Amino acid sequence: MNANAPIQKTQAESDLLSRFETTRAELPGSVTVTALREAALGQIRDRGLPHRRVEEYKYSDLRAFMKSAAPLAAATDLAATKAVVESAETFGDLDRYRVVVANGVFQPELSDVDQLLAEGVSVFSFADTLDDADASQMLKTPKTGPEDGVVALNTAFVRGGVVIAVKSGVEVSKPIELVQVATSAGAQAVRNAVTLGEGAKLHLLETFVGDTGAGELNTVFDYNVSDKASLAATRLMTGKTEAARLFTSIATLGAEAEFKSLGFIAGPRFTRNQQFVNFAGENSEANIYGVSMAGGEDLADQTLIVDHAVPHCNSREFFKTVLDGRAKGVYQGRINVAPHAQKTDGEMMTQALLLSEDAEMANKPELEIFADDVICAHGATSGQIDEDLLFYLRARGIPEDEAKTLLVLAFLSEAIEEYDEEDVTEGLETRVRDWLASH
Amino acid sequence: MLEIKNLHARIAEDETEILRGIDLKVNAGEVHAIMGPNGSGKSTLSYILAGKDDYEVTEGEILFNGENLLDMEPDERAAAGLFLAFQYPLEIPGVATMEFLKTAMNAQRKARGEEALSIPEFMKRVKEQAADLNVSMDMLKRPLNVGFSGGEKKRSEILQMSLLEPKLCVLDETDSGLDIDALRIVSEGVNKLRSPERAMIVITHYQRLLDHIVPDVVHVLSKGRIVKTGGKELALELEKNGYADYIDAAA
Ligand SMILES: Nc1ncnc2c1ncn2[C@@H]1O[C@H](COP(=O)(O)OP(=O)(O)OP(=O)(O)O)[C@@H](O)[C@H]1O
Ligand SMILES: [Mg+2]
Repeated sequence: MNANAPIQKTQAESDLLSRFETTRAELPGSVTVTALREAALGQIRDRGLPHRRVEEYKYSDLRAFMKSAAPLAAATDLAATKAVVESAETFGDLDRYRVVVANGVFQPELSDVDQLLAEGVSVFSFADTLDDADASQMLKTPKTGPEDGVVALNTAFVRGGVVIAVKSGVEVSKPIELVQVATSAGAQAVRNAVTLGEGAKLHLLETFVGDTGAGELNTVFDYNVSDKASLAATRLMTGKTEAARLFTSIATLGAEAEFKSLGFIAGPRFTRNQQFVNFAGENSEANIYGVSMAGGEDLADQTLIVDHAVPHCNSREFFKTVLDGRAKGVYQGRINVAPHAQKTDGEMMTQALLLSEDAEMANKPELEIFADDVICAHGATSGQIDEDLLFYLRARGIPEDEAKTLLVLAFLSEAIEEYDEEDVTEGLETRVRDWLASH
Repeated sequence: MLEIKNLHARIAEDETEILRGIDLKVNAGEVHAIMGPNGSGKSTLSYILAGKDDYEVTEGEILFNGENLLDMEPDERAAAGLFLAFQYPLEIPGVATMEFLKTAMNAQRKARGEEALSIPEFMKRVKEQAADLNVSMDMLKRPLNVGFSGGEKKRSEILQMSLLEPKLCVLDETDSGLDIDALRIVSEGVNKLRSPERAMIVITHYQRLLDHIVPDVVHVLSKGRIVKTGGKELALELEKNGYADYIDAAA
């Protein structure tokens, strides 16, 4: 279709346009930023929200899903934020630093700013960076593919977020949990930038707590992993909610860098987790994992584009999906290998376990290879619980539900174990059990 | 303990009749051996006892300690004290052996209204039994049966049986794939469980196993029927002469 053809606006699209008019004055940023916001909104105005005839959103029609668009959540106060953060059960007792963003605004009072600074990590407001003359640097769009509608929506409305910058050579002694909080209903557009200096190391936990009501949550994470640095990012996309949950990662990796991520989806009605990974330096490695659990009418979409722009880089993608009810799972993974990106090693696997007849999985692994000396492979499977294994467990006295839980956990654990971040293994497995118990 | 009356069963999918009228009574304290040619229905009988739903009982009944076994779910049968050592134990990737043992033991205890085992008590029991059966700690650390050799899988089955302390043990060709030493170790494990309160059904092709686990009664199963029942000397006779006499008699 012609992407520029005028379209009939949906209610949500009209709402977004008027949301912009009413909130633009209070959104942060220099003139440059305002221009970027206007251009991004123009994209939404002209092309609409991403829909099924846009290749990347074929299986996840955001335009059809969003019936309306709620106003942006108002700024919050400290006490309300504190209450939500303290009641949150994200990673239990795990020893970690905390950085809090509430209704899109960085909360230094609730964040471990001083301790982190002492370790060599500076943490500051993303909104403040938008006042700079070169602020356009901060509102990155993915290098790969056409302008993404979800990122445009974020650019138009972004209120703020946090910047976490780890100094060269610093290996942060414990994980940092970036908690995004909703203290009141309303949409949120958040940007976080995470920068690792040369040889730095960090495990970032990304969590979201609270209820946005009918408002969509749109968060973009911009990761910059310098040479020899290593970043692991564990993203929890959990909690029952009827509104869209939209997550984007834009990762740029230097030379001899390591990037790992695990995106865990369980609960929301509509989740899209999209990741754009760009190899900018040689001899680097990216290992991307996904665990999705969807039941009822849920949609869980894991989309990923890995761009091998330089030679000698390895990437591994391993995604697991469990579906029940009438849920839909989506895996779209593309590995691009540029003509000169020789000696690339790319391996992509997506596996789905369907617990009901009506659940549906769309697997779309793709390889686009323009170099000749590469090793790339992909595979996709969908299946049911193995009845013989189930019988074996039951014959040992394990009741059916518990036996199924064991088998589902075994299925998903393969990805969790391979991700190999011991700090979160148990927490993630507990979440799998909780999800199964609530179904 | 177990009473099978005129059991007829077929494969659920294609309705092929496999068992054609089995009568078998096993009392507490007894060991019964079942022998018979390949394909005669021995494993089918064991699966029906354990509750596999690939098979459909068309006639007859099974009483287990007075209860109607066919009305019970597989896990209820296990909790009631029935254990099947599989002819082909399954590999379950991603399920840790220890986790599995603990889950199974505690599920059965819960079903019987008993307290869950404490971790130290559980560990103590596993270590004791594993040592007796020559099951290494390395094996216990692996996912259930994954990458185990044929003989290791059989020892793993007997380890499970020893820990679960069933009332009725059904052993389906537990001797196949075992080397001479393993056969002795496994037999000792089984003999240790022999008691006046416990009964066993031992399915085998070889007299050799019955030298170790001496049966009270030997049955010959052919084409879905028990065609001959005798004492332990019947096994010796079969070893010498084969099944020809009985198969013909059944035809
Ligand atoms: N699920 C099934 N589907 C199809 N055929 C089956 C199934 N189960 C058993 N059979 C058939 O039923 C017959 C009896 O099989 P069974 O496994 O009970 O024999 P067996 O006496 O245990 O033999 P063996 O000594 O070789 O172990 C065989 O012909 C077998 O092919
Ligand atoms: Mg058999």
